[in-house]
Amino acid sequence: MSLKTLSVGFVPLVDAAPLVVAAELGFAEAEGVHLALSREPSWSAVRDKLALGALDAAQMLSPVPIAMSMGVSGLPSAMEVLSVLSVNGNVVGVTPALAARMRGGGWQPARSDAAATGRALIAAAEGGLTIGVPFPFSMHAELLYYWLGKLGLAAPAGLDVRTIPPPRMAEAMGAGEIDAFCVGEPWGSVAAEAGAAEIVLAGRAIWQFAPEKVLAVRGGWAEAEPAAATALLRGVWRAARWLADPDHRLAAAEILAGEAYLDLPSEVVDRTLAGRVLTAASGEERRVPQLIEFFDGAATFPWRSQALWIAERMAARMGLDRAEAARAARRCFRADLHRQILGPIGADLPGASEKIEGSLHHRTPVASATGEMFLGPDAFFDGIAFDPERDTQS
Amino acid sequence: MSNRLKSQIRIAVVERERERALLIVDGLAEAGDFDVTVIGDDTGLARRLEALAPDVVLIDLENPSRDMLEGLAIATGTTERPVAIFVDRSDDEMTRAAIEAGVSAYVVDGLRPDRIKPILDTAIARFSMFSRIRRELDATKAALAERKTIDRAKGLLMSARGLSEDEAYGLMRKTAMAQGKKIIDVANALVTAADLLG
Repeated sequence: MSLKTLSVGFVPLVDAAPLVVAAELGFAEAEGVHLALSREPSWSAVRDKLALGALDAAQMLSPVPIAMSMGVSGLPSAMEVLSVLSVNGNVVGVTPALAARMRGGGWQPARSDAAATGRALIAAAEGGLTIGVPFPFSMHAELLYYWLGKLGLAAPAGLDVRTIPPPRMAEAMGAGEIDAFCVGEPWGSVAAEAGAAEIVLAGRAIWQFAPEKVLAVRGGWAEAEPAAATALLRGVWRAARWLADPDHRLAAAEILAGEAYLDLPSEVVDRTLAGRVLTAASGEERRVPQLIEFFDGAATFPWRSQALWIAERMAARMGLDRAEAARAARRCFRADLHRQILGPIGADLPGASEKIEGSLHHRTPVASATGEMFLGPDAFFDGIAFDPERDTQS
Repeated sequence: MSNRLKSQIRIAVVERERERALLIVDGLAEAGDFDVTVIGDDTGLARRLEALAPDVVLIDLENPSRDMLEGLAIATGTTERPVAIFVDRSDDEMTRAAIEAGVSAYVVDGLRPDRIKPILDTAIARFSMFSRIRRELDATKAALAERKTIDRAKGLLMSARGLSEDEAYGLMRKTAMAQGKKIIDVANALVTAADLLG
């Protein structure tokens, strides 16, 4: 029997791990589908190819399918998210000169939280900041706008967010194009190692449980291809569970580092998977709990409230209809399908599809299929929670 | 720019490969009277585009700098910025043709569709033409490399076994057929073995 082949787009980053492992270790084939992974040169290419059917599914930055569904990025097309592929994974780096000015103002890296670091950065910036992100619609951009905006540095007056491909961040910093960046590991550590940047904050310090990459398909595809969608999601979920075992870390780093994927030394990939960030060229490393998370705390679950937070932030910033944005977001994150497809294979999943984002400050038990589910902390740095009932117009 | 006619459309072609850039520029010259600038280098792309303020940007779909263009297209600002042509779904056929040809276009909002069409048609045709030429070139190169390997393998057989050129080739063909392989595979194996044996 020949397996159905799905063409799945990915961008060579550590958080492509669930897709790469699902394909390389046979998790997808065991579920009845062959994944033909297609390495893509840009998020724009992923987006256009998925919208036009050149790809069946793809790894995407979590805000992209929502932006596409809202009609503000590329071809306006209803997109659907079957799963979150990774949570967290970003770091903020600044030029060594800016870091020195922050220290001069009394900032202490090891003892500073997001608020203290943000205030030190704004003070050291003397006016305005130009910050690089990988894509205009990205968690990187959302975290920056939220963090610096809450501390009083708003776009576009004080904050200019520019798009720079992650491998070029170090170079752009050297050329004086940007003062800082927010980028997914290992690119922050790579820039630090090259002496171009100092890492001052992990994205997790801004939002402790930020959905970073998602598995996206065209709207209606999962219903039209139920067997393929089921096999794809189950294979990817089993890969995420495999990745959660610390004993598999080295093997995962070896696979991901390969020429077909990240094409980087495996130690660089392993450092990220082990939760370590290289903060400066001097070789200092910092451990960040849940630097990147694939599985624990229902990491794969596409909470509608996560989509609503993203849509609400984008709509407010871009002056779009908030009620319409909320409707698009609710349709986009398929918490229902996730539960329906993964429930029968024993995945313990939350009973609710929306939660108050940012209300958990510790590991907390919640109602689930088996009643033994814990969610990790998901607080925002300013302690303010996002309640979809209260904070969206719908 | 003072010498630019008010109605003349300004096009930026972002393309590092010189031959392809020339092919597109020539095509555009035939299609109409456009002000065409080629940007061949990724560094400072944003700055150059901002200075140029083109009405249309043509760029390879696979170019990693596309994300940067997306950033420019949605940035808030007073100047007119090109937006992706794909936002207009009115012509799915053309969009599909563009994807297949591997070209993406960013067009300033408000430019009339009938003025854009000849530019896109030309870009699509020239991108396709270049892909075809490159495929043919790759095939020719591969054939040439095979030829060389087979000639070397023939030479090895001739000197090792005292065969004529035709006999050496015949032996390789017979071996290939017997093993269900191609002649080039047999030749490669021979050359590799000879290299290993010194």
